[in-house]
Amino acid sequence: MSTPTLDPGVAPGRTAVALTEPRLPSWAPVLVGVAAVGVGALLWILGASVAVGVLAALVVFLVALPGWSAAVESRRAAADRLATSLVWSTFAVAMIPLVWLVFTVLREGLSTINVQFLTYQMRNVIGDQQGGLYHALIGTLLVTGMAMLISVPIGIFAAIYLVEYGRGTRLARVLTFLVDVMTGIPSIVAGLFALALFVLIFGPSIRFGFGGSVALSLLMIPTVVRSTEEMLRLVPADLREASYALGVPKWRTILRVVLPTALGGIVTGVVLAVSRIIGETAPLLVVAGATDSVNTNLFEGRMTTLPVFIYQQFSLATPKGLSYAWGGALVLIAIVMILNIVARIIGRVFAPKTGR
Amino acid sequence: MSATQTPPKADDTGLTSSRPHGRGDRVFRGIAVASGLVIMLALAGVFVFLAIEGLPAVSLDAGAYEPATSFLGYVGPLVFGTVLAALIALLVAVPFAIGIALFISHYAPRRLAAPVAYLIDLLAAVPSVVYGLWGGRELAKNIAGFQSWLHDWFGWLPFFAGPPSASGRTILTAGLVLAIMVLPITTAICREVFARTPRLNEEAALALGATRWEMVRYAVFPYARSGMISGVMLGLGRALGETMAVAMVLSASPIVTLNLISTENPATIASNIAVNYAESTPEQQALLIATGLVLFAFTFGVNFLARYVAGRSDRRMAK
Repeated sequence: MSTPTLDPGVAPGRTAVALTEPRLPSWAPVLVGVAAVGVGALLWILGASVAVGVLAALVVFLVALPGWSAAVESRRAAADRLATSLVWSTFAVAMIPLVWLVFTVLREGLSTINVQFLTYQMRNVIGDQQGGLYHALIGTLLVTGMAMLISVPIGIFAAIYLVEYGRGTRLARVLTFLVDVMTGIPSIVAGLFALALFVLIFGPSIRFGFGGSVALSLLMIPTVVRSTEEMLRLVPADLREASYALGVPKWRTILRVVLPTALGGIVTGVVLAVSRIIGETAPLLVVAGATDSVNTNLFEGRMTTLPVFIYQQFSLATPKGLSYAWGGALVLIAIVMILNIVARIIGRVFAPKTGR
Repeated sequence: MSATQTPPKADDTGLTSSRPHGRGDRVFRGIAVASGLVIMLALAGVFVFLAIEGLPAVSLDAGAYEPATSFLGYVGPLVFGTVLAALIALLVAVPFAIGIALFISHYAPRRLAAPVAYLIDLLAAVPSVVYGLWGGRELAKNIAGFQSWLHDWFGWLPFFAGPPSASGRTILTAGLVLAIMVLPITTAICREVFARTPRLNEEAALALGATRWEMVRYAVFPYARSGMISGVMLGLGRALGETMAVAMVLSASPIVTLNLISTENPATIASNIAVNYAESTPEQQALLIATGLVLFAFTFGVNFLARYVAGRSDRRMAK
C-alpha cells in the first residue's frame, strides 16, 4: 500500500494540478452579448441616439468578454477572445453603410419613380413641370453599348494572346503587368485621355458620346482581359491536345473548342465589367458633357448618361433636383444589381463542366 | 477552311504545336497580338496625349493659376488634399478590411463565408455617384453631430480645431465615404492571401497549443504580409483617383489645412477637375489636363509599386 501513486488528487501533501485549463462555458459569449445589447437598449430608452446605443453595446461586449476571460482563463485566451470579437464586429460594422445606403436610396427614390419619370426628357422642363431621365437612359445605353463593342473584342483577343500564343514570352509578361496597372487608372484620367485625344483632332470644344465610349473602354478592357484570361486558363489542356491530334489547326481549336468551353465565364466577366462602367460619372462628365434632351447620335453633340444626370440634378440643389437625383440613383442601382444577378446566373448555368 | 483538309505534315506531330498552320493561323495570331499591342499603345497614349495637351499649361501667365501664381502653387494644395483624403480613407478602411478578410477566410462559419464575401463585393458594385449622393446628403447630415462632438472633446488636436461645419460636408466625411469605397478591393486581396496560407503551417501552430489568434498572428500574417501591403496600396490608388464621391461631398477650396472638420476644406485633384470642367476656357482646360497628368503619374506609381510587391511575394511563394 506504500507504492506512491501518480494521481495528484490522492497523494497526500500535494496540491491538485488540473489537466485542463479552466474554460468559460460555451454560452458565455451569448450571455455577454445579451447583456451588452441590454446596456445599449437601456441607453437608448434613456434618450441617447441609436448610434450611441449600438456603440455602447459594442464597447461593453469588447471589454466584458475578454475581461471575464482574463479573470477565469488566461491572458492568451483573453487575447484570442478579443481578436475573435473584433473580427466579428468589423464585419457587422461594415454592413452598416451598405444597408444604410440601400435603405436611403429606396426611401428617397421610390416616391420619384413613375412612368413619366422614366419616359420624359428634361428638355424645356421648368419649375415644377414633370421631367424625366429618358434621355439619360438612351445615352447610357448607347455609350455603354459602344464601349462594349470596342473593348470586348480587344479584351478577348488580348486574353487569347496571353494564354494561347504568348505564354512565357516577354511581351506577354509586360502585357500582363500593364493590364494590372491599367486596372488602377483613375476614371477621370481615362476621361481626360479621351478628351485630350479628340481635342487634338477636332479642336478644344469637342464633346460627344463616342469620346465617352473610348474613355469607358479604357476602364473596361483590363477587367475583360483579366476575367477572360482566367477562364481560358481553366480550359483543360486535354481538350486542346485532342483537337490538335485530329489535325485541327490552332486557330480553329481556339475558336471551336477553347472559346465555347469558356464562354459562360467570359460572358459573366463581360457583364460584370459592364456593371462596373455603367456607373462611371467622371469620364463622361468631362468628355461627353451634359444635355437636357435625347441625343441618339454618338458622334454628334453632347450626350447625358444616367450617372451624369444624377450629378447634374444633385448640383442644382433644389428639392426637385434632389428628388430626381435620388430617383436616378435608384434606377442606376437597380440596373447594376440586375446586371450582377444576371452575371451570377450565367456563371452558374454555364459553369465549366470539369468534373464528371 | 482549307486548312482543315490538309493532312498534318510529318514534323507537326507535337501535341501542343505552337507553330502556325497556314494563313488562318497567321491571321488569327496577328489579331491576337494586335489586340495586345493596342492595349499597350492605349496606355502609352494616356501619357502622350495628356502630356501634349497638358504640358503647355505648366507655363501660362500668372493670372491663369487663380488663386495661386504658378503651376506648382496651383497643383500643390490639390496634391495635399488628395493625399489627405486618401490617408483618412486608408486609416479607417485598412483595419476593417483585414478584419473582414480574416472573418471570411478563418473565422466565419463555412456556410456564412461565401455570402459575406458577396455582400462586400456588392459594396464595390454601387456606383461612385450614388456614394457621392448618399455621402453628401445622408451621411453628412447624420455625422455633423459626431464631428462637433469630436471638436468639443479633441479640439486641442489640430485635426479637430474646427469650427465644425454645420452641414457635415467636410474632408473627414469625404474620407469616410472613400473608406467605404476602398474597403472591397483591399478586403478581396487580403482575403485571397490569407486563404493561401499553407494548411500545414496553421495546423502546426494549433498543434503546438496556439490559440486561434496566435495561429493567425504567427502563421497567417507573416505569410501574407506582402499581399496585405499590395492590397493596401491598391486601395490607396483607388482612393487617390476617386472623383465623384469627393466632388459631391465637399464644397472645397484649394487650401492647405490639417483641419478635418471645418467649413473650409482642401480639394482633391480629381474633384477639382470634375467641378471646374463645365465652365472652362481652353487655357483652363489645358491646366486641368495637366493636373490630371500629375494624378495619373501618382496613381501609376502607387499601382506599379503595389503590383511589384505582390509579384515579389508570388515569386517567393513559388520557390
